Amino acid sequence: MSAIASEKEILNGDEIRRAITRIAHEIAERNEGVQQVVLVGIRRRGVPLANRIAAVLSDVEGVQVPVGELDITLYRDDLTLRADVPLVRTTRIDTNVTDRVVILVDDVLYTGRTVRAALDAIVDLGRPARIQLAVLVDRGHRELPIRADFVGKNVPTSRDEVVEVHLSEVDAGEDRVLIAHPPR
Amino acid sequence: MTLPESMRPTRRHVLDLDDFTRHEIETVLDTAIGMKEILSREIAQVPTLRGVSVVNMFYEESTRTRISFELAAKALSANVVNFTARGSSVEKGESLLDTMRTLQALGADILVLRHSYAGTAHLLAQHFRGAIINAGDGSHAHPTQALLDLFTLRDKLGTLERRHIVIVGDILHSRVARSNLWGLTTMGAHITLCAPPTLLGNEQFWLDTWPDLRIVYSLEAALQDADAVIVLRLQRERQEAGLLPSLREYAQFFALTSARLQAAHAGMLVLHPGPMNEGIEIAPDVAISAQSVIEEQVTNGVAVRMALLYHLALHLRRKGA
Repeated sequence: MSAIASEKEILNGDEIRRAITRIAHEIAERNEGVQQVVLVGIRRRGVPLANRIAAVLSDVEGVQVPVGELDITLYRDDLTLRADVPLVRTTRIDTNVTDRVVILVDDVLYTGRTVRAALDAIVDLGRPARIQLAVLVDRGHRELPIRADFVGKNVPTSRDEVVEVHLSEVDAGEDRVLIAHPPR
Repeated sequence: MTLPESMRPTRRHVLDLDDFTRHEIETVLDTAIGMKEILSREIAQVPTLRGVSVVNMFYEESTRTRISFELAAKALSANVVNFTARGSSVEKGESLLDTMRTLQALGADILVLRHSYAGTAHLLAQHFRGAIINAGDGSHAHPTQALLDLFTLRDKLGTLERRHIVIVGDILHSRVARSNLWGLTTMGAHITLCAPPTLLGNEQFWLDTWPDLRIVYSLEAALQDADAVIVLRLQRERQEAGLLPSLREYAQFFALTSARLQAAHAGMLVLHPGPMNEGIEIAPDVAISAQSVIEEQVTNGVAVRMALLYHLALHLRRKGA
């Protein structure tokens, strides 16, 4: 942290909650209900977000939407470029995704490479009717032709900035999204 | 973007478990959990190791270990070639090192070696530019078998810390027992060895190497309070070598029978590295009893080998890049 000169909060806890509620409503509207929907969180922070969207949908639509957890490590395109060997975690999707509407959920959409890996991983598990993408923050700088269907907040960034998402389920402290600026 | 927590790899070969830290064993076992999920899929294959070449070099017969390595490599989309000494240039007198150099020149990245002489995997590791995995060398080591035993035990018992594991059988000649002793000790388990004195050898050797071991010559006594028992294969040649009066006598005192199973702690797990001599070291009904995890060991073996191939191959690739 000492190398980071300044941080700015771009979403607080209430704003995150409202963004998730809005995304849940948009999912139900776009898909004419959620009977066919399966939410799949991309590990790690996509998983608590998917659970929160499912909780809203349960309140609003009265439907328990299945939630799965997707680990994309084995599908990454940068495995040989990294200094370390990333840990492989477990993919857990108890619902057959074939002919369902799969909604991939992640915290930040950046280059699009994680989503590309997630698409490959999902297709290996079955043939969904549709795949859609929900993200809390879209920070731009795509390197692949990928876009999100549901976005909590669009945040213009420069490449040397870092977007930090804190979610109470996996991080200590309160929910918030920060943008960290490098030292000048 | 947040990156997953990760392990700094320094390991190039897997020759035995004596140089594995607890953290490293745990990393392999945790990785294997993810790999096991892949094996449960309808399409049990991921693209991770495309372009990596794995050669199975088997100088000794093996069904499950060779097939297990082959399936593990294929599940990760690596290229696999099976080399067996029979029908190869080995019969024309080609040496082990020559064969290794030939496979190296042909582009092999990882060699999986099974050999009847102890130390052959270490020898290849001194000369090969890629990674060596020891798939069993003589009476010395069989690290992947031990890792799959650790995986199975941890999965069933929750932890290995302070769990009581009995190893019974031909300890003296067993590479499975030796590698398990290293692995189980590192993971904090308590171990009891049980064997006829002729198949254990010098007690002091074992106690000097693993001071917390217990050695017990009665199987009934050894199994008291055991959480699991690893039954070793009895090679029939041992009787011909004069180490046993008869296989029947061995079975009478050291076979895991249903009577001995019932006298032990109710949830005690039964493991066997295979292939089994049913009716000699283990009774047929014990092998398929509810307490037996022998079939799961075989399935888990593929996942554990996938985890090792993943770590070794990525380490190699990165160095080459």
